[in-house]
Amino acid sequence: MSNITLPTPQPLLTRTGWVAWLAALMVLCALVPALNLLVPAGSALHLSDFAVALTAKIMCYAICALAMGLIWGYTGILSLGHGLFFALGGYAMGMYLMRQIGLDGNYKSNLPDFMVFLDWKELPWHWALSGSFGATLFLVIAVPGLVAFVFGYFAFRSRIKGVYFSIITQAMTFAAMLLFFRNETGFGGNNGFTDFKRILDIPIATTSMRMTLFVMTSVTLLVFFLLARWLVGSKFGRVLQAVRDAESRVMFSGYSTLGYKLTIWTISAMMCGVAGALYVPQVGIINPSEMSPANSIEIAIWAAVGGRATLIGPIVGAFIVNGAKSWLTVTYPEFWLYFLGALFIGVTLFLPDGVVGLIKKLKGGKA
Amino acid sequence: MTPDLLEQGARRVQAHMEALAAHKGQTESGGRTAGFGRVASQGEVDVTHGRILYLEDVHVSFDGFKAINGLSLDIAPGELRCIIGPNGAGKTTMMDIITGKTRPDTGTVFFGSTIDLLRYKESEIAQLGIGRKFQKPTVFEQLSVFENLELALKTDKGVKASMFFKLDSAQRDRLADILHTIHLADSVGRLAGNLSHGQKQWLEIGMLLMQDPKLLLLDEPVAGMTDEETERTAELFLSLKGKHSLMVVEHDMSFIRTISDIVTVLCDGSVLAQGTLDQVQADERVIEVYLGR
Repeated sequence: MSNITLPTPQPLLTRTGWVAWLAALMVLCALVPALNLLVPAGSALHLSDFAVALTAKIMCYAICALAMGLIWGYTGILSLGHGLFFALGGYAMGMYLMRQIGLDGNYKSNLPDFMVFLDWKELPWHWALSGSFGATLFLVIAVPGLVAFVFGYFAFRSRIKGVYFSIITQAMTFAAMLLFFRNETGFGGNNGFTDFKRILDIPIATTSMRMTLFVMTSVTLLVFFLLARWLVGSKFGRVLQAVRDAESRVMFSGYSTLGYKLTIWTISAMMCGVAGALYVPQVGIINPSEMSPANSIEIAIWAAVGGRATLIGPIVGAFIVNGAKSWLTVTYPEFWLYFLGALFIGVTLFLPDGVVGLIKKLKGGKA
Repeated sequence: MTPDLLEQGARRVQAHMEALAAHKGQTESGGRTAGFGRVASQGEVDVTHGRILYLEDVHVSFDGFKAINGLSLDIAPGELRCIIGPNGAGKTTMMDIITGKTRPDTGTVFFGSTIDLLRYKESEIAQLGIGRKFQKPTVFEQLSVFENLELALKTDKGVKASMFFKLDSAQRDRLADILHTIHLADSVGRLAGNLSHGQKQWLEIGMLLMQDPKLLLLDEPVAGMTDEETERTAELFLSLKGKHSLMVVEHDMSFIRTISDIVTVLCDGSVLAQGTLDQVQADERVIEVYLGR
């Protein structure tokens, strides 16, 4: 009777996939540090500090793009508010870094400078945990996760879908930006946090610390990639795709889609939070402009350019768009926004599956 | 219930318990458990009263339009019931009500004699054992035939269970069986989006069967099928009859003639006539509103 061969479960990565993954790990965690630290600055093989810093920054963006791929590409929920979760993770880390400044601020006070400037005498309640690195690591994940969970619960329970959901996520990040702009919220107002000195009492502006943060960012990106891979490869991931294709069928098949959407939405937000926390010590500043609607839209653009219904696509997209951005904003600064607009229109019209989709198609055509 | 009745009941139970204690293991009913009435267990469909689905005096209106207007209908376990009716008669709305998509304004909807369907959400109703096929074939186009069936499989459908889900061999066998039943064994790895219209209909029926529902609601299951596919579908439905209860909404009269025992005619949101196909086709009112002769 059952003489048909049913497909067997796919492994986490294929053999080639693992080789590529390990190669990426080796390049980022061994080759890059070696080329930057060991090869002398005059050599052609030397990797400049600028290149390392830029790569690290783009890898933080790539984590956001990966998170966007999970929620938009796989589940069909377009979030235009992921910048908020990135910024929340960044702010949680920023608060810790502000406390690490200690007495070395301009006002030589135990309080962060902006509080002295506002004539505050003690830390507000929400800074209670900011002195502890362990608690900060927890908050980096928990705060974006909690905000996403509460927001998602009400939005998904009310069955808000499609463009309506996108609009309210946009409103959410805009509202948060306005809130963080205010001095009395205790997040440094429009200046945000900057002038960081130390992390874990180790000076932050040293080469070795920069390289440590670079390696941590690389490892996080690669591990998150595997996590995402596992999620979409499980039946959970297939339910997400089913929600994207025909949500009512999923419900009438006995799945409560609320739980599924909420889970992936929260995981996605947490990933962005971690990305933000890695980003802040490396760029040295966090302010409310990270929550501006345009930033969140850019995350969606990275995912779309790379190919949103894959996992590697958004990562590739983050590198392409941000690589182009850092080149264009230096060479032709006035054309950057035109380029971004043209890119988004071009990809939507001609490459619905993004760059990775195009490559797949070309490969498929040859084979 | 009045306090009197409650007290009487309590006294009866007490007397019975005393009798039980006195006879030590020997009951009044000769070893069987005494019949206080059956214990209703949560989620179990009680069909001892001979009805698996029971709708009474259901009303729904959308912005003043009475889509369902005093609908009363019941279906026996194992029955294959065909529903016909002109466009706008409320056939799809009725299915929406049964599956929890639409809430009626007033009325009673029971699954078996104990489960009040109006208290449950769509996904819970599906888990209770009501499967539904949509008018337009609805499958997961970006997933393979295999994955479509796997998702529909009756199992724990929580988030965590899905993350760690693995098909066991009994489930694989069941999946293979259904693949044969719906004639898609050769297409197991194909994307559902690439199937023909008729094959999608079959796949959706297969997904329903994977859920192992007690009651299947099928909205125009043979629409867009070739004659051969329609014939096979009729065979399939006849083989399901008895094991499952089926409610089939169709416009294809020859298909209905092949499969039906009792046909219910809906019109303007309530039952117009009920009987064998010949009986309803002979009914003056039906001819007037539906067959238009």
